Amino acid sequence: MKRRNLMKSSAALALAVSVLGSAAWAENPVLKIGFVGVTSGPAAAWGISNQRSMEARADWINESGGYKIGDTTYDIEIVSFDDQKDPKRAIAGMEKMAQEGIHYVVGPNVDDGAAAVRPVAEAQGIMYFPYAFPKELYSAPASNAVLGMVANYQSGPAIYKYLRDEKGVKTVAFVAANESDPLSQRDGGIAAANALGLEVVSDNVTYQVDTTDFTPVLTPVMRTQPDLLVLSGVSPANAPQLIRSARELGFQGVISTETAQDATVLREGAGDLANGFISVGGASTPEIASDDMKEFVKRYTDMFGEYNDESNTKVYALEYILATLNANPAGIEDVNAFQTTMDTFEAPNPFMKGDAKMRYVGTTSFGQKRQIAVPLVVNVYQDGVFETLFVAEVD
Amino acid sequence: MEQILANGIYLGAQYAMIALGLTLIFALMNVLNFAHGQMYVLGGFVTYTFYGQLGWPFVIALLASCITLAVLGALIERFLFAPVIRRSSREESTMLLAAGLAFLFDAIILLVFGEKQRGVPKIVDGVFNWDFKLIMPYDRILICILAILSIVTFILFMQYSKTGRALRALAQDRTAAQLMGVNVSRYSMIGFALGAMLAGLVGGLLVTITGVNLGMGGPTSIKAFMMVMIGGAGVISGAIAGGIILGFMEAIGLAVLSQYGDITYLLIFVSLMIFLAIRPQGLMGKPWG
Repeated sequence: MKRRNLMKSSAALALAVSVLGSAAWAENPVLKIGFVGVTSGPAAAWGISNQRSMEARADWINESGGYKIGDTTYDIEIVSFDDQKDPKRAIAGMEKMAQEGIHYVVGPNVDDGAAAVRPVAEAQGIMYFPYAFPKELYSAPASNAVLGMVANYQSGPAIYKYLRDEKGVKTVAFVAANESDPLSQRDGGIAAANALGLEVVSDNVTYQVDTTDFTPVLTPVMRTQPDLLVLSGVSPANAPQLIRSARELGFQGVISTETAQDATVLREGAGDLANGFISVGGASTPEIASDDMKEFVKRYTDMFGEYNDESNTKVYALEYILATLNANPAGIEDVNAFQTTMDTFEAPNPFMKGDAKMRYVGTTSFGQKRQIAVPLVVNVYQDGVFETLFVAEVD
Repeated sequence: MEQILANGIYLGAQYAMIALGLTLIFALMNVLNFAHGQMYVLGGFVTYTFYGQLGWPFVIALLASCITLAVLGALIERFLFAPVIRRSSREESTMLLAAGLAFLFDAIILLVFGEKQRGVPKIVDGVFNWDFKLIMPYDRILICILAILSIVTFILFMQYSKTGRALRALAQDRTAAQLMGVNVSRYSMIGFALGAMLAGLVGGLLVTITGVNLGMGGPTSIKAFMMVMIGGAGVISGAIAGGIILGFMEAIGLAVLSQYGDITYLLIFVSLMIFLAIRPQGLMGKPWG
């Protein structure tokens, strides 16, 4: 009898816990935000830093009680899809987001994936935030893509001009992986260099993205003896090996890129040979990082063991989506309302000190506001850490 | 020309080592190990951990890579491949298992080592520079010598040791080897462990040059399959020949064709297709398998 009572009590308790637990879980409605990007293969680092930034920020928001949009406080759920850097899978990922009723997606990470998902996103009413640079994605009649970072055609001219004026650079050589993103970035870089009056001495050497030994690749480039070697669109995995090979082949000039890199990866892969390497940093430096940014870095590190400098930029997309929805809650179901709000949107930037604002830019490059405003931070690597070379703004 | 030759020898030696383990496993068990590239990556990460992170001597770290992969290979053979081969005569069963293992290893590597490119301190500093005709960092020269020594040691082991002879017998005719008293299940496990160990060894050696990252496994497997197809599947000397040929094709193509863009691998793939159409069994393989 006693045993039966005990069983009944246990069952009742389990039921109560379950119901109460569900009630607690269901306290806030859930707002799903998607991520479609590359989290496997050689470029995995790009997408994983996106996904982890979103997860770390969402976890922080949920732990703090949720995100208030209008009169409703939401828990944020990140729905992720690995497109394996394959445009066909990127389309499948975007269709999955549509099936789940998601209207806001971060990614894809590369040009062809971002171009491939455009018809799905526009047909299904999805705003997406790619890390890809083709201008036609952001220029009218395209409407639903918002560039999530600073493009190479915005950072490249600034870097080359600095090097021409400050370091006396006169000749430049370009090396790129044989893929759409690096090749288009190389072409953009060549145009920018020509416009600045620099002599391009090598512009057709490319390499397979899975190359592991770059000495044979760089040997013909080194014979042209450029003042500046630009690693167009180089991934963090390839940068240290390229730098190392160039230096070992006797290159004494400046090496730069317009993509974001990771100081630890450079230190481990190239050591002191990477000193002087110039790259576009994540959109934060110790001088401009707010307490919230420091807290984000801490939480990210606690969750995943190691921080990724790229996340200084990639923390922003989710924040922009939520803040814009907060400015116009109708955007939760209607992306047209979101787009209208983008033109006038302005909110405090929680990740920068002072009175910095979050706002949409891109009028100069795209003719409409289809880019999030993040600081253009240009770094130089020195003895294991990035030092800020200069900080600029983009419009 | 000197630079092309040196690059060819260096690339050929490392490629041959990568292909050896793959072809050994194929020869012994008729298994296309799609996870071979991931095993190579795992070997690189073990050396990275012991040498790069914990500061142990490089040789010890390399040994740790070999042992880890050998043990892993033995366990995989004993608990995964052997039961599947016993229960299913369909070749695609082992292929699917190998593909599944590749995904599993990728996931484990991501969880344990993260998504970033990793590198270790150079084992030898300095660059050999012969009047700018031939430039080769000393660490590449050392790794090239170690790779060639490893290949020679492996050939001698297979030729003259009792285990090597048993493995060769197994590769030639499984049933005949069994009838001659070779413990097939034991030597299958040893062979798989040896193949995995070779992947770990080359991963550990090359992490000092190329570094290592999560995404290297798949492309490495593809290159290894190319080398094996060129040389002849399941033939040790064929894998070595395939590696050296691919290394030289790559070195020559990158030097001679660089002004035309990245067409080296395009031409390599086209050449491979034409070659296989003419000689599908590869250079040293037999048409009957």
